[in-house]
Amino acid sequence: MSTVKQDVRARDILGASALRPDGVAKVTGSFSFSSDMWAENMLWGATLRSPHPYARIISIDTTPALLISGVSAVLTAKDVPGKATYGLISADQPVFASEFVRYMGEPVAVVAADHPETCRRALAAIIVNYEVLTPIVDPELAMLATTEQIHPDGNLIRHQHIKHGDPHATGDITVEGNYTIGMQDQAFLGLEAAMAFPDSGGNGVELHIATQWLHEDRGQIAACLALPEDNVRLVLGGVGGAFGAREDISLQVHCCLLALRTGKPIKMQYSREESFFGHVHRHPAKIWMKHHANKDGKIVKIESRMVFDGGAYTSTSPAVLINGITHTQGPYQCDNAVVDGYAVRTNNPPCGAMRGFGVVQACFAHESQMDLLAEACGLSAVDIRLKNAMRTGDKLVTGQIVESVAPVERCIRETDAIPMPDSMANDADVLEFPGGSGRTADRHNIVRGVGWGVSIKNLMYSEGFDDYATARCTLSNGVASLKFATSEVGQGFVTLAPQIARSVLGVDDVVLETSDTQIGSAGSTSASRQTWMSGGAVDGACRLVRERLFEHVGKQHNIDPIRLMVENTDVIDTVGTFRISVADATQGITLSETFEHHHRKTEDLDENGQGNCHVAFAFVAHRAVVDVDIELGLVKVVQIATAQDVGRVLNPLSAIGQLEGGIAQGLGLAVMEEIIMDNGKVKNPSFTDYLLPTALDAPRVVAVMIEEPEPQAPLGAKGIGEPPCISVTPAIVAAIRAATGKALLRVPVRPQDICL
Amino acid sequence: MTVAIPLSIREALDALSNTPDARLIQGGTDMMVEINFNHLKPHNMIALRRVQELRTWTKNADNTLTIGSGVPYQEMETGELKQLVPALAEAARTVGSPQIRAAGTLGGNLGTCSPAGDGLPVLFALDAIVHLQSADASRKLSIHDFMVGVKRNARNANEIITGVTVPLLDGWQGYAKVGVRNAMVISVASACLAIDKPTRSVRIALGAVGPTIIRCRDAEVWLSEQIDISASTAIDAAVAKEFGRRVALESKPIDDHRSTAEYRRHAVGVLAQRLITRASSS
Repeated sequence: MSTVKQDVRARDILGASALRPDGVAKVTGSFSFSSDMWAENMLWGATLRSPHPYARIISIDTTPALLISGVSAVLTAKDVPGKATYGLISADQPVFASEFVRYMGEPVAVVAADHPETCRRALAAIIVNYEVLTPIVDPELAMLATTEQIHPDGNLIRHQHIKHGDPHATGDITVEGNYTIGMQDQAFLGLEAAMAFPDSGGNGVELHIATQWLHEDRGQIAACLALPEDNVRLVLGGVGGAFGAREDISLQVHCCLLALRTGKPIKMQYSREESFFGHVHRHPAKIWMKHHANKDGKIVKIESRMVFDGGAYTSTSPAVLINGITHTQGPYQCDNAVVDGYAVRTNNPPCGAMRGFGVVQACFAHESQMDLLAEACGLSAVDIRLKNAMRTGDKLVTGQIVESVAPVERCIRETDAIPMPDSMANDADVLEFPGGSGRTADRHNIVRGVGWGVSIKNLMYSEGFDDYATARCTLSNGVASLKFATSEVGQGFVTLAPQIARSVLGVDDVVLETSDTQIGSAGSTSASRQTWMSGGAVDGACRLVRERLFEHVGKQHNIDPIRLMVENTDVIDTVGTFRISVADATQGITLSETFEHHHRKTEDLDENGQGNCHVAFAFVAHRAVVDVDIELGLVKVVQIATAQDVGRVLNPLSAIGQLEGGIAQGLGLAVMEEIIMDNGKVKNPSFTDYLLPTALDAPRVVAVMIEEPEPQAPLGAKGIGEPPCISVTPAIVAAIRAATGKALLRVPVRPQDICL
Repeated sequence: MTVAIPLSIREALDALSNTPDARLIQGGTDMMVEINFNHLKPHNMIALRRVQELRTWTKNADNTLTIGSGVPYQEMETGELKQLVPALAEAARTVGSPQIRAAGTLGGNLGTCSPAGDGLPVLFALDAIVHLQSADASRKLSIHDFMVGVKRNARNANEIITGVTVPLLDGWQGYAKVGVRNAMVISVASACLAIDKPTRSVRIALGAVGPTIIRCRDAEVWLSEQIDISASTAIDAAVAKEFGRRVALESKPIDDHRSTAEYRRHAVGVLAQRLITRASSS
């Protein structure tokens, strides 16, 4: 891990390493996560799930469960009063399976009872008669018109074609490969949990929930409950990580249904095992990619075919697919392209949002290709990337001009300038070897390799979506309070928002009000968007309040408000000597303003995949140094050097946290993290067998923040959450290739892929 | 469910007599997972953690060491136990996290008898003796007779595993374990090699590559015919490699979601080759 130089400043304004307000509570265990909620007279809710990936439900008999003492309710599809289905993009996922179950773990019924153990017995007592069907688990097979369609909406969720420039262009050299990306899980530590309180009279409900987007949840829940949105109030519970897995509905509707049915508070929480069935995963993908280039390494054309396995329901598959195919070229200039992308429905678990959102898959392919191209042209990994590096004003294969700051060349050069780690010391600790505490390797078994990855990632939502954010700022008696519906999932908006208010308003005391649906939407905590979007909303609201403050002070002291500014914690007259502290100036008054931040408009893609579909872009380079035990196929990532295009660093400590965390997650995909499927069945739904990197697996991170403020961004800062996890994966795999000479076309790389 | 918390072996055996169906629990690092997953629903439990007699170890006059079944792995990792049985210290270090090693015990490994139990290959390589005690009798059983299959052992329902005795060998010993991350990982394949110079014996035992821990008797015999294990000369690379190949042949691995049979067989061969090379160059 890298060390962070604490930027000691007097005030926790923008640019300071302000500490998380919830940090101590989280570290000492007193922070209240959603799963810690409790209420008098509450009942527990639990979910009955399908053991089969694909089956017809012949009958469901809930009577034996209802006969168990302590069981208050058993609900199935026929108990859903409103819309029977939900979904982020297409409402094709049933609240409860009724006719068919389409993936292992699909909810069939829920129960409410006085104790979790009673719930377990009730679930065991429900008799579901299934006619087990043969699951369709191969996307290539599923997308054929001749294959059985497993859902009324068909098996092809979306196909998008991209034709850009001259589809017949050719170069001197071609390189191609078939790449496979395994199913990664977000593996957040705070499990799905919620508590629902029914309104007396049963016409409304209040749901405390760990989610990424309160308002989107509310819309989907209200439709299923057949209640007006105003009668469904959501309050953000303590969220222990998200990474995309809390974008979709999981237990929200079930919990509310049980509360409304029983008239009592309902607590639901998933176990770790259930969590693997309760949320979407990263799309497994197969990507064919072919690069045409001139002898000097300049890319002429890229062809690609990408197939994303969407699993049983749509979730965000259409958007993930578009992200994948529109990032085919990576952060490189490319005038000609032909790309086809397919998101396909299968009887595998539904896949949706995860950090990197489709770009992770594309990046593994394009970066692997860049290394093939380098080899074919006799160039180094660095030179091939510099030769093709994208600049501001270049075009994507969608025809969209990259207007964002695009310091790709600088990312590469500054990463390249980071010193390489020392070679392994003679007295190196065996724990640092590949194999770690297993003591499998001796020094002479270990070969070092170096690899590169560079990426481009879109920020915010795309294809015409107006994912605005709302915030209210209230200033009174020297204290600013901020209200927004932004989900704090660990990313640090609760740290940043007060920093913004302190900088703009000259206050030190900032109070954060409850995040709930009693204010307008903040959009989702995803797509690297909250610093830009909710940050923009908080900044906007604070600036409006500051205008009101200047008006007030100007009137009180007979100064033209235009002459006033905030300096530290005072309002000062810029052309005079007048000075008053913000605390004094706001005694006895209350100034409150609400602001909505909208990003620029975007467009849909046309039938050739052309259109300005994205808002903005961020870039990053990664260089991985790995030690590989070639004979056993075990890997230790020694160092990740990275230079990331961040726009502006608003909190150095938070920023390095995002980079290190993302790198660990990308490392996971490179060498260990995979949900293993066997004909539609999940084989490893536990942390015993779904392996996350430990401290002994995490590399030393040496990071450079490239600060070229983004003109479009309200605070000059780009989103930094996703880029760290994207190109680090191909960089690590490239380093393993360099050490082993193996082609390694699949992630995660398994020991047997290296040594057998 | 009842939970008895005896303070002595006698009290524990009394509790076991009173509730013959009781599940014995030491650190609980394995059994509590089973219970939490609802795979196991014991009516009665006997928690042995406060039985101090089980948490001690003794160096015996006959150059052996008896380790109580309640000694946590943490204690084997360092200090005198590490000096006495280095392979056990290395195996102990591979068990879970520091929290797990503070709770987990050899008694648990023996009680569960998973082929992936990290301590078991060491006990097999050292020809450990397992101590079992019931209300009216005690007996000693070779580890080779104790572990009879996947998660099956020869303990009678009225017996408590009180400890193991291992010889203090004169020679190099070591342990190596392959997992898919660098710590806190369940074994994909493991091996323990131990040399006893006075008897010119080399022993190698494999974990997670068969229904029980596997002692590679043929490879051991073959090796002792090739080299004088009591001499401190570096082993010929070709001999070490052939030893690895022979060890791999004696493994009986399966395919599962953690790895493939092919990789496991390959891995134990490599581990055997490396361990004997380490032994001969130490």
